[in-house]
Amino acid sequence: MKTMSPRRTHRLTDHVLATFVWLTALSVAGFFCWLLVDMVSQGFDRLSWDFLTSEPERSGRRGGIAPMLVSTVAVLIITFVVAIPLGVATAIWLSEFTRTQSRPAVAIRFSLDVLAGVPSIVYGLFGSAFFCVWLGMGYSLLAGGLTLACMVLPILIRTTEAGLAAVPADWRQGASALGLTRWAALRFLLLPAAAPAITAGLLLGIGRALAETAVLLFTSGYVDRMPASWLDSGRVLAVHIFDLSMNVTGGDKAAYGTALVLLVLLLLLNGLAMALTDRWLARRIVQA
Amino acid sequence: MRLSTMLLSFGLLFPVSFGVVAADTQKLTLTGSSTVAPLVLDLGKRFEKQNPGVRIDVQAGGSSRGLADARSGLADLGMVSRALKPDEADLTSYVLALDGITIVLHKSNPVTALSNEQIVAIYTGKITNWKTVGGKDLPITVVNKAEGRSTLELFLQYFKLKAPDVKAQVVIGDNQQGIKTLAGNPGAIGYVSIGSAEYEEEDGTPIKLLPINGVAATVANVRNRTFPLSRPLVLVSRAPATGLTKRFIDFAQSRQVYDLIQEQFFVPVAR
Amino acid sequence: MSPSRAEAWLSRSLAWVAGSAVALLALIFLFLITESLPALVDGHWLRFFNSSGWFPSAGEFNLWPMLLATVLATLGALVLAVPMGLASAFFVSFCAPPRLADMYQRLLMLLAGIPSVVYGLWGLTVLVPMIAEVAPPGASLLSAILILAIMILPTVALTSDAALRAVPVSYWRGGQALGLSSQTILLKIALPAARTGIFTGILLATTRALGETMAVLMVAGNVVQVPGSLLDSVRVLTANIALEMAYATDAHKASLYVSSLLLTLVVVMIVALGRRLEARS
Repeated sequence: MKTMSPRRTHRLTDHVLATFVWLTALSVAGFFCWLLVDMVSQGFDRLSWDFLTSEPERSGRRGGIAPMLVSTVAVLIITFVVAIPLGVATAIWLSEFTRTQSRPAVAIRFSLDVLAGVPSIVYGLFGSAFFCVWLGMGYSLLAGGLTLACMVLPILIRTTEAGLAAVPADWRQGASALGLTRWAALRFLLLPAAAPAITAGLLLGIGRALAETAVLLFTSGYVDRMPASWLDSGRVLAVHIFDLSMNVTGGDKAAYGTALVLLVLLLLLNGLAMALTDRWLARRIVQA
Repeated sequence: MRLSTMLLSFGLLFPVSFGVVAADTQKLTLTGSSTVAPLVLDLGKRFEKQNPGVRIDVQAGGSSRGLADARSGLADLGMVSRALKPDEADLTSYVLALDGITIVLHKSNPVTALSNEQIVAIYTGKITNWKTVGGKDLPITVVNKAEGRSTLELFLQYFKLKAPDVKAQVVIGDNQQGIKTLAGNPGAIGYVSIGSAEYEEEDGTPIKLLPINGVAATVANVRNRTFPLSRPLVLVSRAPATGLTKRFIDFAQSRQVYDLIQEQFFVPVAR
Repeated sequence: MSPSRAEAWLSRSLAWVAGSAVALLALIFLFLITESLPALVDGHWLRFFNSSGWFPSAGEFNLWPMLLATVLATLGALVLAVPMGLASAFFVSFCAPPRLADMYQRLLMLLAGIPSVVYGLWGLTVLVPMIAEVAPPGASLLSAILILAIMILPTVALTSDAALRAVPVSYWRGGQALGLSSQTILLKIALPAARTGIFTGILLATTRALGETMAVLMVAGNVVQVPGSLLDSVRVLTANIALEMAYATDAHKASLYVSSLLLTLVVVMIVALGRRLEARS
């Protein structure tokens, strides 16, 4: 039995609450339009196919952002290739293989919540010292991706675990009554049921990963060339936007153009994440 | 599962399609001031075009980082946005360009010049309203730079102030933050790089540059050294440069890159 | 492998993976403590609260004004973002027609992914001048609070929405069977049932606000002082680290690491506090 969205059967009737809700939605949407109009008016005319496929010239004031796009995607790939398996595995362990109040589980959950809250600048300093210096990766996409993975993991784990925990107990009992192994129950029943939570975690993670600036500046660096390997330094979109708007004279238009590209990338990645979890997980459950 | 096959093959091809770095690639690493970094990026690109097989990697981190990395050998060259101090004489420095600093006001401010004493009084909080110096009845918003930056040190040195003396209402990090703050506040006063300010003024940003001690704040005056507040942008190395490092420095100090320097709104040094 | 052995193997390997989370946190703390040590060991740790101000060149490292600024900015942002985030979640699930709700949700997801630089830019070029017209300098605690609120609202909204969706249908049906109005069911049954998820979201939003650097750096004014009003310029701990780390050496650098450690400890306290509140309700 899938949890049904209450949307169609219940509508808020109380006027005060409904007014507040609508006002909020309107102001948030209004702010977003304000921001978008600001960005589009300044950055739209920089957008073109050339912008997406050529290298930057004159410190980014002219030319394009192709190397930044590649660096960003490369860093994201590393982040999620590392974070998704580790994250889901940890969430499964916390939810299925431990009692909620056991010492290790409590300690791990606590650590995860703290990790999710550690300021990005601390991650930047730590990532730079640990991955770049101590492990010797230097300024590299790999160091950037791994540091981001550390930042995204706690969010993924907690949301996945919450999703698994919300699955009713009788589902699990039913599964074991049918003789399913733990692994089979997970694969065919529990994970699919937790799909919306996993999606939420992924989306939050993608948003966080794309938005981080200082962390990547310290770990994957400033070089604006097309990276030639995972160990190369590369500038991600967020760092490029920062440099163009805060450091380079006359870089504002290009900064806004890049920001628009980042928004589109975000939309695409969100769509991809939702489509993938839907395809691999949620569809396995037949709607009641 | 077509999508996953696609993703898998993309993932496997990715490192391959990245290409293999040529075995005889020479690399030069520069770290340091974020003011100098965009210029060095441009210089590096042109150098790479003229010298295939060479890679110039530029990282930011601040002037102090540039000095530390040059000393320790982590970088081949450090980028520093000021002249070297006496205790840094163990390093060799090479001047790339000059950058002037001047006082900037909002365009709508009727004040056209301030004496050095007035500037000191404003920055130490003794004068707090524009009407005292002939402007409108508007509180003065003093914009200062954060500690450690060469621009701040230059400013303090010229006006003979110490950091705790300055009473600011807004503290900024980068040049552009300063310009945007000034453009948004009719009562603001701050100091920024002349080149950037000139560009922004021409571009329509509502700011104006004030002369210092009667000398107009123009790039021309920085070039002929009549403008009192300017700093050199330098590259530093642990020992006098040799080999690839020397080739790059010679290139960076040559006439052929004047256009790049001027595009960054810095002043090439006459040779 | 027999099913039980396979399960045992699965359990053990997952445990190791999970343990790495604790290991990571321990590593981060170790790193911060090691770097802060020089500033702490000589018994001068009191100076972080006793000095006359933050003047690194003179060896004065009073953290109190910045700590206060951080806490005030975060609290202010929460006061705005939590009600509005919850309202957004209600909007998506109950008030809006399906198409509109979908669009709004996508909007929230987009807002969550915008880099802090862009928020900061907007704040610096639009919000601060607006406030400056009323009360210079414009760059102030208020602008920091507003920007932070905008930035953490999507987090609260999206996690609350996910939490509300997870409430079993039987709860709703039960409420209906009892003849309760939709609003009563929402506020008295669904919300309490979803409170763990919502709480997690608020916690996430709090720590995000505490740790935000770039945007606040651009709009808060960055003057180290105890704010006398919402319109005074302030510097938060994270902005301080971002502004000064690149130029700091020795004692100054160690002091900056001390402030990072302090921030992380505040996060620990907040998480612990959250646990306590959860346990009690």
